[in-house]
Amino acid sequence: MHIVDGALANPVVIGGAVAAAGGIALGLKSLDLDRIPTAGVLSASFFVASLIHVPIGPSSVHLILNGLAGLLLGWAAFPALFVGLLLQAVFFGFGGLTVLGINTVNIALPAALTWMIFGRLIARGSPFQGAIWGGVGGAFSIAATTAFVAFSLALSGDEFLPAAKLVLFAHIPVMVIEAVLTGFAVLLARKVKPELFPKVAST
Amino acid sequence: MAHALEPHAKTLAEAGGEASFGLINDYDPRMRIVMACVFAIITVALSTIPALTVALAVSIGLLLMSRLPIRRSLKRMAMMDSFIIFMLVLLPFSMPGDAMFTVFGFPASWQGLWKAIEIALTANAVILTLMVLVGTLEPVTLGHALHKLRCPEGLVHLLMFTIRYIEVLREEYLRLRGAMKIRGFRPGTNWHTYRSFGYLVGMMLVRAIERSERILDAMKCRGFSGRLVLLQSFNLTRRDVMFAAMLSAICLGLLLLDLL
Repeated sequence: MHIVDGALANPVVIGGAVAAAGGIALGLKSLDLDRIPTAGVLSASFFVASLIHVPIGPSSVHLILNGLAGLLLGWAAFPALFVGLLLQAVFFGFGGLTVLGINTVNIALPAALTWMIFGRLIARGSPFQGAIWGGVGGAFSIAATTAFVAFSLALSGDEFLPAAKLVLFAHIPVMVIEAVLTGFAVLLARKVKPELFPKVAST
Repeated sequence: MAHALEPHAKTLAEAGGEASFGLINDYDPRMRIVMACVFAIITVALSTIPALTVALAVSIGLLLMSRLPIRRSLKRMAMMDSFIIFMLVLLPFSMPGDAMFTVFGFPASWQGLWKAIEIALTANAVILTLMVLVGTLEPVTLGHALHKLRCPEGLVHLLMFTIRYIEVLREEYLRLRGAMKIRGFRPGTNWHTYRSFGYLVGMMLVRAIERSERILDAMKCRGFSGRLVLLQSFNLTRRDVMFAAMLSAICLGLLLLDLL
């Protein structure tokens, strides 16, 4: 999912950086000073959640959970996921520096979109209904992320088209896993701490 | 992510606690961040193989200067390569150009091969430099330095909170996994596993939110007004300026080499 330095065309990289800066600014504005600790702890927990490896057939995938991040954080998912990507690049060597912007957009914009589309639906109805919508949201955000990654590759040149298609197909199982996991996570959160979603969705 | 954390690997909170990182460690963190960015931008702008090879050599030189564990650093770099290897292997086949050889009727082009090598060199040079110059900073110092470089205050605070709580939440995750294990949970490709992992994530988030409420209360109790006072100050010495000038000269040299 991480795009590395040097792969993308310059306009794509610059456009991504500008869009990311806009998203981060918007996210920071929605974070009043009382909510920064919450966002920081959530950002850290998504960082840790991405360490969880879920077995799938002979292999395993690690979670991204950007849909869930969006559902809990709204626009604040932009700065939160940016911080996660920055730490990954600096301390673990994943991704790259100049592509930090486009990587942030590819992961955080679907998160924000998921929140806008599914945020209200998840808080409504029985926990089970909420969980179904959570699952749909989780699948949607991964689908959007892969589409964005494929799109940024395709924009950079036709020679990346096969790679872009490969990215799309390789992520179908990831999509299913994330949908199921997000669904159950929402189900649990709705049962254990029902005020979590309405509270966040209304802010 | 966990590919990077071998069983004995350290997480962020303890990463900077041990020995110093040789020559690099004495330099001003702000200068290191800025120079890493400059080097990254220049390297991405390069487009010829010789120049990129020199850029990678420069970053390996920096690695040697830093006294980081060389094998582990290179292993981490290779880990990133394993992510992009598919794209690189596909490139010769997807890029039109002079045929090099054919596999099952698909021609592989020289142009595609060069492009793939170019991307691999760029990506590795940049990420290695970033890991050496910025990754050797203590995470908290990184926050302070970014603050001094006029990053938005909210973002720096978010970064500091994230750094602070990654280790706490990782311990919580390991505790929950331990509890699952002791009850005979073994992950596999089945519904039960996915449901359990989903509940695990949900539980982590619920606990994280409750924890953050407690943290905020505790901070307010101690007079938190929404501002963290960042006290660490840095000073730019002549050695820093020299190092920056040297690295800039190298960058300029790379650009010239690229134009030739």
